[in-house]
Amino acid sequence: MAEELKVLDRACLKIYELTMGACAASGGSRKKILKVGGQSAMPFLFEEGEIPHAPLIAAEVSDIVEDDCPFVLKNALKGLTDKPVDWAVEMMGEAGADLICLKLQGTHPDFGNKTSKEAVELVEGLLKKVETPLIVLGSGQADKDNDVLSAVSEATKGERLLFGDVVQENYKTLTAACIADGHNIIAESPIDVNIAKQLNILISDIGLPLDRIVINPTIGALGYGLEYAYSIMERARNAALAGDKMLAMPFICFVGQEAWRAKEAKVSESEWPGSGNADTRGIMWEVVTALAMLQAGADILTMRHPQAIRIVKKAIEDLMKR
Amino acid sequence: MALSGLDIYKLLPKTNCKKCGFQTCLAFAMQLAKKAIPLDKCPFVTPEVRAVLEQASQPAIRLVEIGSGEAKSSIGNETVLFRHEEKFHHPTAIGFILEDVLSESELNKAIEEINKCTFERVGQKIEVNLVALKETKSKDSKFINALKILLKKTTLGLVLMPKTTETLKTALEICASQKPLVYCSENSLLDSFATIAGNFRVPLAFRGSSVSELSSLTKKIVSRVPDIVLDVHSEKMSDYLWQLTQLRRLSIKKNERSVGFPTMVIADLTDEAASVVEASMFIAKYASIVLLKTRKPEYVLPLLTLRQNIFTDPQKPLQVEPAVYTIGAADDRSPVLITTNFSLTYYTVLGEIETSRIPSHLICVDTEGMSVLTAWAAEKFNAEKVADTLIKFKLEEKVRHKNLIIPGYVSMMSGDLEEKSGWKILVGPREAAGLPSYLKNL
Ligand code: SF4
Repeated sequence: MAEELKVLDRACLKIYELTMGACAASGGSRKKILKVGGQSAMPFLFEEGEIPHAPLIAAEVSDIVEDDCPFVLKNALKGLTDKPVDWAVEMMGEAGADLICLKLQGTHPDFGNKTSKEAVELVEGLLKKVETPLIVLGSGQADKDNDVLSAVSEATKGERLLFGDVVQENYKTLTAACIADGHNIIAESPIDVNIAKQLNILISDIGLPLDRIVINPTIGALGYGLEYAYSIMERARNAALAGDKMLAMPFICFVGQEAWRAKEAKVSESEWPGSGNADTRGIMWEVVTALAMLQAGADILTMRHPQAIRIVKKAIEDLMKR
Repeated sequence: MALSGLDIYKLLPKTNCKKCGFQTCLAFAMQLAKKAIPLDKCPFVTPEVRAVLEQASQPAIRLVEIGSGEAKSSIGNETVLFRHEEKFHHPTAIGFILEDVLSESELNKAIEEINKCTFERVGQKIEVNLVALKETKSKDSKFINALKILLKKTTLGLVLMPKTTETLKTALEICASQKPLVYCSENSLLDSFATIAGNFRVPLAFRGSSVSELSSLTKKIVSRVPDIVLDVHSEKMSDYLWQLTQLRRLSIKKNERSVGFPTMVIADLTDEAASVVEASMFIAKYASIVLLKTRKPEYVLPLLTLRQNIFTDPQKPLQVEPAVYTIGAADDRSPVLITTNFSLTYYTVLGEIETSRIPSHLICVDTEGMSVLTAWAAEKFNAEKVADTLIKFKLEEKVRHKNLIIPGYVSMMSGDLEEKSGWKILVGPREAAGLPSYLKNL
């Protein structure tokens, strides 16, 4: 009898399933609960494991207007970038984002220095307008983030949001807040499997369950080091499926912020003859960055351009057909 | 797939007769495994064993060549499933499908557009590889005429997609020496196409809708045409991915010869963005050829860039030549910046300086391709190294000031560096993205 032509790689471990959002019955106010992870196969290989959840797209929204926002993006988000709540609602609507990733960049001491109170008000206002959970990011200034994010965490206690990022040098304050208030956390490591693992151990050591951690492997855009994160993610995911539970967390990839820093997404056609329509080029830069990350195992993509979100959302729907 | 010394030993006579010049059959087997000596040193190897050993020395996935001269594409011969395990060897050949109904001027225009799809990124030329010509109707075929135009206008590798054996024969009489890839679109014709392609010694591609179908068909034709390309097709994206993954796994892990060939995907959806989505997915995993319809640079450039990323050798980061680079119309008053020779770092910094439109000098230190922080940790980018580089590249003769801008990440070296070099050190931003505003406010 002919041997069947198939090689199956069976996983020994599933990726942790992480829940974002809590409804009224579980102590929050979210109407829509989102789940990621839970899979026991490499991306979209349905025949050899379970893949219970589709990857999610979170629209990146900021609390301040970026001064060097690429013109393609500026045109697409006209009239929205100075109104974060309207911006978020628009992205959840027609663009079809699954949730919002709010970056509190304006709390940075050098870029607006907004207070914790302002941040809390914004997040509370936003939660009233959307039914889904949120991703809330600090400004990257460690001390300020510890103040601001702890305050937001406390004010949204029980909502089961996703907060980020914690790094090896600064993880205790925010982790403690997320434990106390029932949220999830993003653990950031600089394109390094060992640091990712180490940080997850540190976080779980102080008491956060492993199914409340998301790994940010720190990606580069298409053409700007994308392949480093791509391979780190494949390595980590393979290790996780082979049984390493300290790497068995969903991945979040900050696609929008990286892709729109690329020259190819910023430069007009007149400045760069032969490079084609600048709008499409920028959108496709974000789209192709996102797709490569999906192939490497991304569970949450953060994105910016509404058209790029639409294209990737459709791609995910197609990829999830089994 | 290579056999180990022990595997080979099992196939030898095990008499230790020493005729091969070795003390034991095992010692001989070990040398054979390293390919250090030829098999015929042992006079007792049977023809059957010889066949097994020769088979095993073939690559798991056959290397197929399309085109000739500089534009030749080599595809296949991959050895791993994930690039971090070693590397991917042969970048996906990217090409465009043209239909023979196009008029001469339309064809010329199309080829012009295709020829423009060449770009430079991080010091490498990235370009498209193939032009496929598709016969649309067999009556009053314009295929041969169109082919003649293509042959005149492009040196890219050709993919011939004729509908009949007559067209195929005529076409190959004209261009077999260019080593085109023949594509069989109708599996009822596969048998005759295989014979013709084999006679002309050109590779053959055909479509199958499952791994087992592809496997059974290659078995039928491989003796006539050894260079085969498998066109994977499905109604569902995830099934494409599954088939491509299975083909790669079966050949590499199981040494399944009947599927040990390069693969191709035709991503010719009319929705251009959707075809880029497909192409991206399968450039990453695991198409050796991707054929597109859209020729617009805004769609093609991201795909070429993705291919460049995925097929970069993970062990060998791209490096640039250590030197002082002049950006814009820099003169002896322009600012001087310093960074490493890791190409990604260099080109990112270069891009941001260009964006700032401030003419500058950028010194690239030989850090053996390490990025700023890694090089700092490995002492390839410290005060001493930088001070030496300033002398080596004779910076004092190039500019009349002594101000040096260093990356924010290595601000810790500034005191030491001022002392060692005698230059005034200015600490720049940590990320290259901060350079335009930094330089403008200098
Ligand atoms: S000649 Fe052949 S049989 Fe004799 S020792 Fe060498 S390998 Fe063994």
